[in-house]
Amino acid sequence: MINEVFSKSISYMQIMDENGNIDESLFSNDLNQNKLLIDMYKYMNLARNVDAKALSLQRQGRLATYAPLLGQEGEQIGSAMALGKDDYIVPNYRQHGALIVRGLQLKDFYTYWKGYEDGGSAFKSINSLAVAVPVGTQIQHAVGLAYAQKYLKTGNAVVAYIGDGGTSEGDFYEAINFGGVMKVPLVVIIENNQWAISVPRSRQSAAQTLAQKAIAAGIDCMQVDGNDAVSVYKATKDALAKVKKEGPMIIECLTYRMSMHTTSDDPTKYRSNEDVEKWKLKDPIKRIGVYLRKNGLWNDSKEATMMEEQQKMIDDAVAEAEEFKPDPKKMFDTVYSFIPEILQEEYDNAVSSNFWLEE
Amino acid sequence: MVKNMMINMVSAINNALDLILAENDKAIILGEDVGKDGGVFRATDGLYAKYGDRVLDTPLAESAILGSSIGMSLGGMFPIPEIQFAGFMLLGFSQLINHASRYRTRTRSAMPLKMIVRTPVSGGVRALEHHSDNPETFYSHIGGLIVVEPSNPYDAKGLLIKASHMNDPIIFLEPTKLYRLFKQEVPEESYEVPIGKANIIRAGNDLTIITYGTMVEAVKKAVDAKKVDAEIIDLRTINPFDENLIIESAKKTGRVIIVHEASLSFGVGAEISARIAEKAMFELNAPILRVASPSLPYPFPGYEDYYIPNEKKIIEAINKIMSV
Repeated sequence: MINEVFSKSISYMQIMDENGNIDESLFSNDLNQNKLLIDMYKYMNLARNVDAKALSLQRQGRLATYAPLLGQEGEQIGSAMALGKDDYIVPNYRQHGALIVRGLQLKDFYTYWKGYEDGGSAFKSINSLAVAVPVGTQIQHAVGLAYAQKYLKTGNAVVAYIGDGGTSEGDFYEAINFGGVMKVPLVVIIENNQWAISVPRSRQSAAQTLAQKAIAAGIDCMQVDGNDAVSVYKATKDALAKVKKEGPMIIECLTYRMSMHTTSDDPTKYRSNEDVEKWKLKDPIKRIGVYLRKNGLWNDSKEATMMEEQQKMIDDAVAEAEEFKPDPKKMFDTVYSFIPEILQEEYDNAVSSNFWLEE
Repeated sequence: MVKNMMINMVSAINNALDLILAENDKAIILGEDVGKDGGVFRATDGLYAKYGDRVLDTPLAESAILGSSIGMSLGGMFPIPEIQFAGFMLLGFSQLINHASRYRTRTRSAMPLKMIVRTPVSGGVRALEHHSDNPETFYSHIGGLIVVEPSNPYDAKGLLIKASHMNDPIIFLEPTKLYRLFKQEVPEESYEVPIGKANIIRAGNDLTIITYGTMVEAVKKAVDAKKVDAEIIDLRTINPFDENLIIESAKKTGRVIIVHEASLSFGVGAEISARIAEKAMFELNAPILRVASPSLPYPFPGYEDYYIPNEKKIIEAINKIMSV
């Protein structure tokens, strides 16, 4: 006798296509709000402008190594806008868009990427964990943070981000398995941008979808068009309500990393321009712009005003970040809840020997 | 009046955990078999019955135990994960080194971590491979993790309670061999033993022996056997260690031996002898000596007695240093 003991299918959602056409059956009342769509459009543009400025600063030697988000504004803005005020996010190193939605001040963003931890003190106030660089490790923090929401009965949930490459890490599997057992209120967003530095999605896993990794952990999952902010918003919003009752869920967002992994690599070495051009047509910002104009919600003058305002905000923030003066004492007095004598001595020696000469 | 109990180290740890859970309702214990089973060494025995899901059995996943503990702490809880054996803690090493050690500094103190990671260490109990490791140097080298290793029931309880009142990630190493080796008078009530302060177990003038963990008992026996006027210092905290006390003692006696069970090369003894060389060189009467296990991986139990430093090896070092 052979019986089927388990089966599961995975659905894919797209609400707004690349030409700005809406699937009316999915465009429910909670989405059909002018303000929501205009805010989404503005945030996506802000993220793109902030990103472009960061890249330009890095090329001028005014920023440290930087991981651009170009092309992924849809999934980041869509998901982050779905969060409640007190929900948490757990970012990796490319979540600039999501962090901006959560309220990260641009001066802190630029200070951080100039290479100063001091920019990282701002994460706490926006209900975000710190940027996690070791790929995949942050999902475990997200599980614990979500457990704390449950334990402390805050009623809040956690949204965590990971890339396609990150889903090959052991920490990712351990985390979703652990979270499933503990039934924690956690949404894991897989930003499948098709590339882990130079290695394509096809070399990360033989699985047809990355979402299906959830099935082995006994948790729910779906795929969405990651370049459709409206879909990502709806999927995340629905998931947040669901995970508070039923435990974690994975949303795989299909998107594309239009730029380099970080400013230290050259994507022309490992991928064809043809692929990039194909994805350009699916741009997340363009489609929502088309929709807004088609419906009389946007025009050239509004566009010009928005761009001007955003550039000013960015320039002001960069100016402020560039005024930042590092204080080496911070390296010593932020490691423990006290300064151990041996560390104090190392600090005192550096000061008395005048190792840190100002230029 | 303070009431005392005559208990061994594992009971002292169990008692400390009980007091911590009772005092702080944000504290939870999590790990493999810590719940109904009470832990493989029974360190959490009876706590599940008393505190329910605050003594949480987890899936078998060391990295997730430590990684989720970091998240719990950032979410306002006070996690006390138990890793069943120090050898398996390496599966979660990345979480401790890459995250626990640096969360406070990378957020410039906005997001400190309060957590205590407990794990059994050291050999001498004929355990399987990977069940007898001495990892204190790994966790001490990076900075940001406080590393504590008690050598007796009184210190174990007091250090653990002190750790629970701090706002730092603390690696609490429990020598398996000492869990049930001897009993000691331990107050019933809560008390603290300071972290970062070493303990002079025996004051002396001719020689300083610096040690910790399993080797404290061996050193005491060797000193008794030799009838030498040695000052025995139990480090108790490996990082940050009590440099002042060590330097003062070295200057006083002019002779220093460092004894630990962990292997010799790049060990705690290397660090301490370097500090003494830097700060007390001209007050020494003899070269600093180290007594430790050979510089090789911890062997199978059948070879353990050839590996762990014994009293004979310590006595030999005492003879050598006193002959200079």
